[in-house]
Amino acid sequence: MANLNLTLKVWRQLNADDHGRIETYEAKNIPNEASFLEMLDIVNERILVDGGEPIHFDHDCREGICGMCSLTINGIPHGKDKGVTVCQLHMRSFKDGDTIWIEPFRSRVFPILRDLMVDRTAFDRIIEAGGYIDIRTGAAQDANNLPVEKDKAEAAFEAAACIGCAACVAACKNSSAMLFVSAKAAHLNYLPQGAPEKQKRTLAMVRQMDAEGFGNCTNQYECEAVCPKEISADNIAKLNRDYVISSAKEAVG
Amino acid sequence: MLNSNIPSGPIEQKWTKHKFESKLINPANKRKYKIIVVGSGLAGGSAASTLAELGYQVSCFCYQDSPRRAHSIAAQGGINAAKNYRNDGDSVQRLFYDTVKGGDFRSREANVYRLAEVSNAIIDQATAQGVPFAREYGGLLDNRSFGGAQVSRTFYARGQTGQQLLIGVYQSLAKEISRGGVTMHSRTEMLDLVTVDGHAKGIVVRDMVTGEISSHAADAVILATGGYGNAFFLSTNAMGCNVMAAFRAHKRGACFANPCYTQIHPTCIPVSGEYQSKLTLMSESLRNDGRIWVPKNAADCGKKPSDIPEEDRDYYLERKYPAFGNLAPRDIASRAAKEACDDGRGIGPSGLGVYLDFRDPIARLGEDTIRARYGNLFQMYEKITGENPYTSPMRIYPAVHYTMGGLWVDYNLMSNLPGLHVLGEANFSDHGANRLGASALMQGLADGYFVIPATIAPYLASQTPGSVTTDAPEFKKVEEEVRERVGQLIDITGSRTVDSFHRELGHLLWDKCGMARDKAGLKEALKLIPKIREQFWKDVRIPGSGNNVNAELEKAGRVADFLEFAELLCHDAHDREESCGGHFRSEHQFTDKSPEVKAGKTQPGEAKRNDEKFSYVAAWEFKGVGKKPKLHKEALKYEAVKQAIRSYA
Repeated sequence: MANLNLTLKVWRQLNADDHGRIETYEAKNIPNEASFLEMLDIVNERILVDGGEPIHFDHDCREGICGMCSLTINGIPHGKDKGVTVCQLHMRSFKDGDTIWIEPFRSRVFPILRDLMVDRTAFDRIIEAGGYIDIRTGAAQDANNLPVEKDKAEAAFEAAACIGCAACVAACKNSSAMLFVSAKAAHLNYLPQGAPEKQKRTLAMVRQMDAEGFGNCTNQYECEAVCPKEISADNIAKLNRDYVISSAKEAVG
Repeated sequence: MLNSNIPSGPIEQKWTKHKFESKLINPANKRKYKIIVVGSGLAGGSAASTLAELGYQVSCFCYQDSPRRAHSIAAQGGINAAKNYRNDGDSVQRLFYDTVKGGDFRSREANVYRLAEVSNAIIDQATAQGVPFAREYGGLLDNRSFGGAQVSRTFYARGQTGQQLLIGVYQSLAKEISRGGVTMHSRTEMLDLVTVDGHAKGIVVRDMVTGEISSHAADAVILATGGYGNAFFLSTNAMGCNVMAAFRAHKRGACFANPCYTQIHPTCIPVSGEYQSKLTLMSESLRNDGRIWVPKNAADCGKKPSDIPEEDRDYYLERKYPAFGNLAPRDIASRAAKEACDDGRGIGPSGLGVYLDFRDPIARLGEDTIRARYGNLFQMYEKITGENPYTSPMRIYPAVHYTMGGLWVDYNLMSNLPGLHVLGEANFSDHGANRLGASALMQGLADGYFVIPATIAPYLASQTPGSVTTDAPEFKKVEEEVRERVGQLIDITGSRTVDSFHRELGHLLWDKCGMARDKAGLKEALKLIPKIREQFWKDVRIPGSGNNVNAELEKAGRVADFLEFAELLCHDAHDREESCGGHFRSEHQFTDKSPEVKAGKTQPGEAKRNDEKFSYVAAWEFKGVGKKPKLHKEALKYEAVKQAIRSYA
């Protein structure tokens, strides 16, 4: 179990109005087995003991499912390991002597709250615009009255695995939210339960996405490459199809 | 003081009868009532959206940046329901019985029966919302088995059932937010409860971005704020999980029930170092196929597992509990792991670990089948440990996971403080002394979707809507107290970090009030906790101000409450002179000499209940910081099932 000595270059910013800056920290004697966030805990503990203010970052479950953690490490959202969130990234992926750049998930749609924490409520507003099936509690029929083909159920699950972390937006040079929106729409649009509202949902979610100020997709799939849940960019193609059909239906009336 | 309000009549008719006899509020009048819901997990989120659908004005609060991130999201394995789609003999009656037995005959029968009764509607509801449960090729829903049951009644969505159910809840909540039925306050933490004339009428919260402290009034308050596992510092809970909301309510008069019932989950990734911030659970569903073992001989512990031949392995769960094998309930499986490690046969660098081995199922079913069933769990294990569980067995060890205790509630899920309702893990009512796997999701959603929408009406009907506003002097007073406390924490400017105190408390609780407890240890803990608390209030260091994002300040408020709550936990563990479920008092276990062991009904080392003296819910009333709380007892009466020695052999 080797320990690492690292140099951290960290984005610090007190609040949305503050001008941010990169500050340098020496992170000495970091256990190989620690997670990336535990490394930051250790650094913060030392900053606190020295009388400073700790580096703020969002985090909660620390097992890769809540979608709260949101760091860009050496320019890559969630770091270079495939299919993981920052909280699952471990220090064994780094070498002694490394310099690590740590920045927030950057997008003009996500104002910085403090240091590495950003405001991602735009995602909530997209779901509120139509990312649901409109049923009342208590009105459901027996669950097995509606068989769902296994491949469709699997495709819906694959899309629904999205944890809403917004790495896709942070990775995109256009700040496009297409991977997120397409995954959320595909989850419901694949299923027979979601069929009645498919058109309405698709249009409402895309329009809200545009209203929030997210950029357009130019099919470079940086989003897919960084997605911790490895959501497929095929969902984007599906959303485009569903959108064209929905728009045409809307136009025809 | 405690009236459980359990309806009379045969158990299978109680819920229907109760709903019929309860007062209703007509749709036009529902609009006049305001309800506050704290927490947006399965219980809080489902309650908020369903109450809004009914027409109430709902305000919902969560500390996360989005309600979709509440810790229900991390539940992996599944959700139980008595559908009997497998035709394997399941029924509402069987789910009810398994849950009461699983809880070691310390839960309230009527609540558990209702839980089993509404379980099927949850699956229907979630499926209609588009929750992508696993399906068979025929297109119908699939099931798997979980601990403490001999039927397959668990519905699942690979290893992320919690996230999928929570997305369903969140989408339903989003629907109501956009319709205007729910006002959502994320990144907002409840810091205190406000009571007016003894009724819960509002809360005081802190905006975690601006630091603004504000009051919110309502006709009723619902807490769905989860459990208190993080009192132990290391647990499978999310970093932000805390007891503050429940404990504040306790300090304002709500009784806290059975805090000593803490669940230690048998299959977690072992601790690797002092820097560790949390423990990761490996789903109980793995025990459907995985086989748990340690070497028969302590001398083999350092060997590679593949070098230990079959005859030198002790598959101790299969040996001790042949009927349930690796699917023995959590409390039993955890204690068995501890026993093996105490016996010097633990594996891994710390000696605190056992193997969970997939060699045999991979040989029998092929790696692809195992990957389809547990792929994401295996991947998670590999990410954390750097080891490949397809080729070498997982190393696991028990860790604090779930807390069965919580605020005391009656059959309507209302606490002894009128107007204060408590749902999900935050209440005490359904799991007794031990919760079965896949039952937490069931309870959270049962409470939120189906119970509270019916049971909150009788209270509201007794209130004039909007009768209390934040102008009431009680709000000003509590707000002032909250401001003072925040200021006090910041002004200490001591030398130690919040985490250092939390870690110290956690170690102490794990040592003295963890998997096994005894009188002497608990007495010692009760002596030491006030000292840590005193030190905390003298020497904690919180930099920065209260007017910004300030993570240390947030943590400090939570740890300050854990430091008071820990005493309550130890008092309860100390007073309950028996072993049951997750509460194991070393003094109270079966031995070779016990007549029950001689009669073959149980085995040495098993938990020994004392039904004559302890068939009650221990509900504690707050009497002041550092003072022993006052015990109120709710007697548990078993009419539908007979209390028996809990055997899984």
